[in-house]
Amino acid sequence: MSETAQQRHVHQEPDRDLDHPHPETVFGFWVYIMTDCMIFASLFAVFAVQRTAYAGGPNGHDLFDLKSTLLETFLLLTSSTTCGYAMVCLHQRRQNLMGLFLLLTLACGLGFVGLEVSEFLKLIAENAGPDRSAFLSAFFILVGTHGLHVTCGMLWMLVLLFDIFIRKRGLPPVIGRRLLAFSLFWHFLDIIWICLFTFVYLNGYLT
Amino acid sequence: MFGKLAFNQIPISSPIIMVAVAFEVIAALAVLSFITKKHGWGYLWREWLTSVDHKKIGVMYIIVALVMLLRGFVDAMMMRTQQAIADGSNTGFLPPHHYDQFFSEHGVIMIFFVAMPLIIGLMNIVVPLQIGTRDVAFPFLNSVSLWLVVAAALLLNISLAIGDFAKTGWVAYPPLSELTYSPDVGVDYYIWVLQLSGFSSLFTGINFFVTIVKRRAPGMGFFRMPIFTWTAFCTVMLMMIAFPILTVALALLAFDRYCGTHFFTNDLGGNAMMYVNLFWAWGHPEVYILMLPAFGVYSEVFPTFAGKPLFAYRTMVYATVCITVLSFMVWLHHFFTMGSAASVNAFFGIMTMIIAVPTGVKIFSWIFTIYGGRLRFTVPVLWSLGFIITFTIGGMTGVILAIPGNDYVLHNSLFLVAHFHNVLIGGVLFGMFAGYNYWFPKAAGFTLNEAWGKAAFWFWITGFYVAFMPLYILGFMGMTRRLAHYDNPAWQPYLILAFFGAVLISIGIFCQVAQLYISIRDRALNRDLTGDPWNARTLEWSIPSPPPFYNFARTPHVESIDAFWMEKQNPSKSSSPEYVDIELPKNTASGFIIGVLDGVLAFGLIWHIWWLAILTLIGITATVIARAFQSEVDYTIPAAKIAQLEAARTQT
Repeated sequence: MSETAQQRHVHQEPDRDLDHPHPETVFGFWVYIMTDCMIFASLFAVFAVQRTAYAGGPNGHDLFDLKSTLLETFLLLTSSTTCGYAMVCLHQRRQNLMGLFLLLTLACGLGFVGLEVSEFLKLIAENAGPDRSAFLSAFFILVGTHGLHVTCGMLWMLVLLFDIFIRKRGLPPVIGRRLLAFSLFWHFLDIIWICLFTFVYLNGYLT
Repeated sequence: MFGKLAFNQIPISSPIIMVAVAFEVIAALAVLSFITKKHGWGYLWREWLTSVDHKKIGVMYIIVALVMLLRGFVDAMMMRTQQAIADGSNTGFLPPHHYDQFFSEHGVIMIFFVAMPLIIGLMNIVVPLQIGTRDVAFPFLNSVSLWLVVAAALLLNISLAIGDFAKTGWVAYPPLSELTYSPDVGVDYYIWVLQLSGFSSLFTGINFFVTIVKRRAPGMGFFRMPIFTWTAFCTVMLMMIAFPILTVALALLAFDRYCGTHFFTNDLGGNAMMYVNLFWAWGHPEVYILMLPAFGVYSEVFPTFAGKPLFAYRTMVYATVCITVLSFMVWLHHFFTMGSAASVNAFFGIMTMIIAVPTGVKIFSWIFTIYGGRLRFTVPVLWSLGFIITFTIGGMTGVILAIPGNDYVLHNSLFLVAHFHNVLIGGVLFGMFAGYNYWFPKAAGFTLNEAWGKAAFWFWITGFYVAFMPLYILGFMGMTRRLAHYDNPAWQPYLILAFFGAVLISIGIFCQVAQLYISIRDRALNRDLTGDPWNARTLEWSIPSPPPFYNFARTPHVESIDAFWMEKQNPSKSSSPEYVDIELPKNTASGFIIGVLDGVLAFGLIWHIWWLAILTLIGITATVIARAFQSEVDYTIPAAKIAQLEAARTQT
């Protein structure tokens, strides 16, 4: 009897190149993303149920500032592009350039979260907080959950950058896997944002 | 400083609660002092608490489940006693305030801390061995899952002593569970206990899904997987899809209670039925999350003890997959009386009846497996036969309940209570007991006492029928569930009968405790030296009992279903004695620390101790990051060492 292909992989771990990362970790991360999709699917369903439950309060047309939302969209899409470039640099082993692109991604993410927080604060100041109506509850929690994911993503990015550059761990395969998983996560959040932009903001504005 | 927490939250004035608390504290102190006396802390810490070995994690899950089974059963006994006496002028010994907590706790404990840890524990012990791998895909995550459940179980027990548990039933429907109607911390305990346990199940789902997809032994295609692994596979898919919905439902309820949002409130656009829908969109798949692994156990037990391959293996797999898919299309049958259109109710009623078809296929498949075989009437077989009869009755009452019109009479009646106990005890619990008796020698290295096991079975099954058949009748007589008191003398004889049934079950549980104690005491007499005490068919029996920490010295090759049986029939001569290096994960304290911190975080959130919540959240994040910074998480056992260990084993 011989060892399986998979276990042979484990033994050769240190020599493995970044183009063939640990199959289980990345597959596992895909599976995790699918479960996260279920969280967003449930929240979107809740929003769909309560999208018109204004309770006499303001609706999307009264509240949404589409210009700011457009800016948020551009920031997030740009951050996905820079994240993609960072992955290209990872495969070319250009560590410093990769770090630069990740910092750009971080900056865009920060801008996005900043805009979102200021939007939330503005709404709360206008007496249109999450306790005003079921519509606003659903809006705040759905959009806020996405924002929380982006924030966690930024924290993750900081940890990776710290590990690579400050702790000087460089780019061993394990870090390559994590970067790949991170980029999957970041693009996933982009897709969720597209849905948010379309179904929550645009659709809400048109009502 | 301490939020809502104050000394007057400890129910000193109610003797029943204080006696229960004293009993739990004394039991805990007894265990702790026993460990200290035996100088067991170092051993416990190194070998168990920090272990990432799937076998040990599985054993710990099952210990949690058995302890919590006792706790949940005490709740059941109290309710049966209360209902047996609380007729007319007699108000019984439990005030409604306590009775309501007991039925809520009973449900939560039995689902989340008995049934779930039992199936996850069995999966942990069995699945990696059945598919011929050395550990799950993410051993550290597995350890986190375990400690989250332990933290949640502890939290639930703490609610007995500090504050209240939910008085809403185990489903916590709003608006009753909203702040307006449940202003104390009971529902908060409920929310955070379930969130911790739910995350644990979600992580387990991801972990085992990846394990089964990626780590099967070479040659083991999907249609060569042992049937228990198949059912585990379908169960973890259900977990991954269903548990996020529960997470969302509970999170939204928490937002309603903590932040004043209006998801499920009565005012400002809230919609309580949305919670009910979300809850059962998780809750019905959850029924099959529990049920499928039990089906898997029966499908292992019957072929082994009948000495025949499973009848219609592929059909069994397809039936399992059918149930997996259909389980998402029936959730509305939990609230036919919500008032949806007749067409909607009809759809869900028909889907519910359809799901009985693959289940019936399975029943026939087990019966045909026995047919023509030479069945050995061991303890696992008794549980399995008891299951076939009991579950068939429970399934048929389920079909009665699937007719929407009937629900306008039977909804929330004791008929319903009898039905779901019939399928959960007769289906899930019997299966878990069969699995416990069946795989115990694999995990422990010695078999369980047969005589006590058989006594336990007979008391349990008789007790079950005596306790629950009267409830069907009471349902027809109009008795609703969750009554602390009633004014109908016609009900009382049935409730007294049900009480005696519960007494019989408690004798059954006593026999199980005795079985475990006597088996451990006499373990020298019952050692399993072959690794295959039942003449079984699947790979986990091809290695010694208990398995070495690396499971398989050489990775097995699989050429058919029932791989080990085939190997026994035609021993292959080609196996080379060569060993190779084995890489295994190192033990880590991180999972334990994360579990403890999560428990404290939940406690802080329940009592609005915000600084504690923030500190523990930072602590959890720091522990995860510290874990990410570790570079040496695996270690290698050289081939020479394996050869040495294997030689030492075969000599003794």
